[in-house]
Amino acid sequence: MFKIVRREEMAEGTVILNEIEAPNIASKAKPGQFVILKANEEGERIPLTMAETNPEAGTVTIIYMVVGKSTALFRDLKVGDSYQDVIGPLGKATHLEKVGKVICVGGGTGVAVLHPITRALKDVGNEVTCIIGARTKDLLILEDQMRSASHDLRLCTDDGSYGHHGFVTDVMKEVLDQGDVKQVVAIGPVPMMRAVSNITKEYGVDLLVSLNPIMVDGTGMCGGCRVTVGGETKFACVDGPEFDGHEVDYDELMLRLRAYEADEKKCHSDYCTIRDAK
Amino acid sequence: MAESAAKKKNPRVPMPEQEAQVRARNFLEVPTGYTVKMAQEEAARCLQCKKPACVQGCPVGVDIPGFIDLLSQGDMTGAIRHLWTKNALPAVCGRVCPQESQCEGLCIVGRKGEPVAIGNLERFCADYERENGTGELPPTAESTGKKVAVVGSGPSGLTVAGDLIVKGHDVTIFEAFHKPGGVLVYGIPEFRLPKAIVAQEVNFLERLGVKVECNVVVGKSVTVDELFEQGFDAVYVGVGAGLPRFMNIPGENLVGILSANEYLTRANLMKAYEYPKVDTPIPIGKNVVVLGAGNVAMDAARTAMRLGAENVRVVYRRSRDEMPARGAEIHHAVEEGIELYLLTNPTKYIGDENGRLTSMECLKMELGEPDDSGRRRPVAIEGSEFILDCDLCIVAVGSGANPLLTAETPDMELNRWGNVVADPKTGKTTKRGVWAGGDIVTGAATVILAMGAGREAADSIHDFLTYGW
Repeated sequence: MFKIVRREEMAEGTVILNEIEAPNIASKAKPGQFVILKANEEGERIPLTMAETNPEAGTVTIIYMVVGKSTALFRDLKVGDSYQDVIGPLGKATHLEKVGKVICVGGGTGVAVLHPITRALKDVGNEVTCIIGARTKDLLILEDQMRSASHDLRLCTDDGSYGHHGFVTDVMKEVLDQGDVKQVVAIGPVPMMRAVSNITKEYGVDLLVSLNPIMVDGTGMCGGCRVTVGGETKFACVDGPEFDGHEVDYDELMLRLRAYEADEKKCHSDYCTIRDAK
Repeated sequence: MAESAAKKKNPRVPMPEQEAQVRARNFLEVPTGYTVKMAQEEAARCLQCKKPACVQGCPVGVDIPGFIDLLSQGDMTGAIRHLWTKNALPAVCGRVCPQESQCEGLCIVGRKGEPVAIGNLERFCADYERENGTGELPPTAESTGKKVAVVGSGPSGLTVAGDLIVKGHDVTIFEAFHKPGGVLVYGIPEFRLPKAIVAQEVNFLERLGVKVECNVVVGKSVTVDELFEQGFDAVYVGVGAGLPRFMNIPGENLVGILSANEYLTRANLMKAYEYPKVDTPIPIGKNVVVLGAGNVAMDAARTAMRLGAENVRVVYRRSRDEMPARGAEIHHAVEEGIELYLLTNPTKYIGDENGRLTSMECLKMELGEPDDSGRRRPVAIEGSEFILDCDLCIVAVGSGANPLLTAETPDMELNRWGNVVADPKTGKTTKRGVWAGGDIVTGAATVILAMGAGREAADSIHDFLTYGW
């Protein structure tokens, strides 16, 4: 059992932070790696990339948006409650190198995943500009943490309720126009990563993305998470989750993410009905 | 004619099973097991040979006439304890071993009729003990103070753990999944091997003192070298062949194409057949195609049928004679309405605008000259393309070695397929203090062969812990 020692609602009822006791994972985990979590006996296995790890306290932190039954189930866990299973660290760690000027772009809860990578890129000596965005002000997370993890932080909201009114890609273009950018890291919803990819291709700047396909085991034994990268099939759980953003087949990833859409909707609404009845 | 007359004279006691039409739509175990009377009647068919051939056919060397003798005397406790001395997992082996090519294949009674139903009797003893037994454990040797780490809780790992705990060593099993059992829990379906039985066999080992730590991915959570740093004296690697192979034909990543590993893991380990009582969904196909013809393919096909498919087709490029699945499984599958599309090879998958599988293109094949493996090579018949409607395709064309552990253990030699190189007699790898066995060494094989490898490695580990490398 893996106890929740801290819980925060970063956006009320929709974006939740759990700090979980998992000393073995905390002591091993590197930026870019993920864990698989399962709430209870009947639960499914869900992958989430760690937003933070604290080896001294023996904890890992995850941040997720409530989008279906399992994340709703996670939301209902209180401090002192436990996840039945947490497995990790999984996936490859981010390749960290000093390249010079870097832009880190995050959308939605992708910012949580971007956070340790951004900090690590800064720590190895890169000059990091960070652009984070969300649909609206309430959903924008980790502003303070991202400010301290980068040299320059830009904020965007789709509805203009905070920061730049518009998409992260608009701001990214401005920064790219100033020149010298060596690498972009983009993590967020697939359409956002695809849009970033189209732009960085034009500018001829390297792009790293972290993908979020459906996973079951997370250890390379099922291939549920397969993605096409550079025309080849890769398993995101062991070959990734980070890949060269210019080589990814985003359309295929989008379609594969929708494989269980009908089941997911029904499962979530059934859960909400039962929960509200209580 | 003489043979069939002999069969009638001394037939084996059939094991009762669910009717095909009924069982094809439920997940309950197909054979329902012997009663005491049936078991003793079957036991009486054993000739108690002085030099029993059957034992030669058992990869873990169970004293078959010995346990059958105790059973016919009505000493059920004696029978199971006798089995346990050679086999820690009798309830599993009685169910999933290919007995026709092992113990029963060599039974002398089988020369002139049907062999003694050794598997059924082994299963009976284990089931009887579980349901009515005394719970008394076999004796274990005094503690040696030596620690052994077993990586992977599949059949080979469980055998090693069972053997070494009895010899007095301190054993810890590390399992990557959240439940122990390996292929016994994620691969083999409930209707062939109830998961409660696997849990109880593992529990038996735990009562003997084996520690089981789940959710530990060796290679990621901890490395083999770190296990030694933590004070383990020996490590056994039994991580299986858990890397699914695909066909590498166009359209493979369409929605609706799953590896058998994924499909069966969802169904068995995650119990998706009980969805929405559990949270893991599983695609329900109307027209299901299973590629391959081994036991895994049969398991996937029969699972799809039970989940409500209108039709399930097993597509295989060779003929029925070459199908690698156990005879009983093919027989059960066909009885349940599964169609065999033999001498057929898929060439591409076809999908709709939403990226979902709708059909596949196949070619008819014919058998040509024998290839290196001695099997006649299937050759495509030109112009024989045809379309098979299909909204769910399960790929069961084999699996390879998962590199997760081996990639982090650079000083352990691998062969060109990524399998661990181990001494075939002892299981010793090229890394000091590390043994390996089962599918990670041989590539995908059977439960009992993995157990046999575990037995030999356990003996070798015991020697090492007693006398040195």
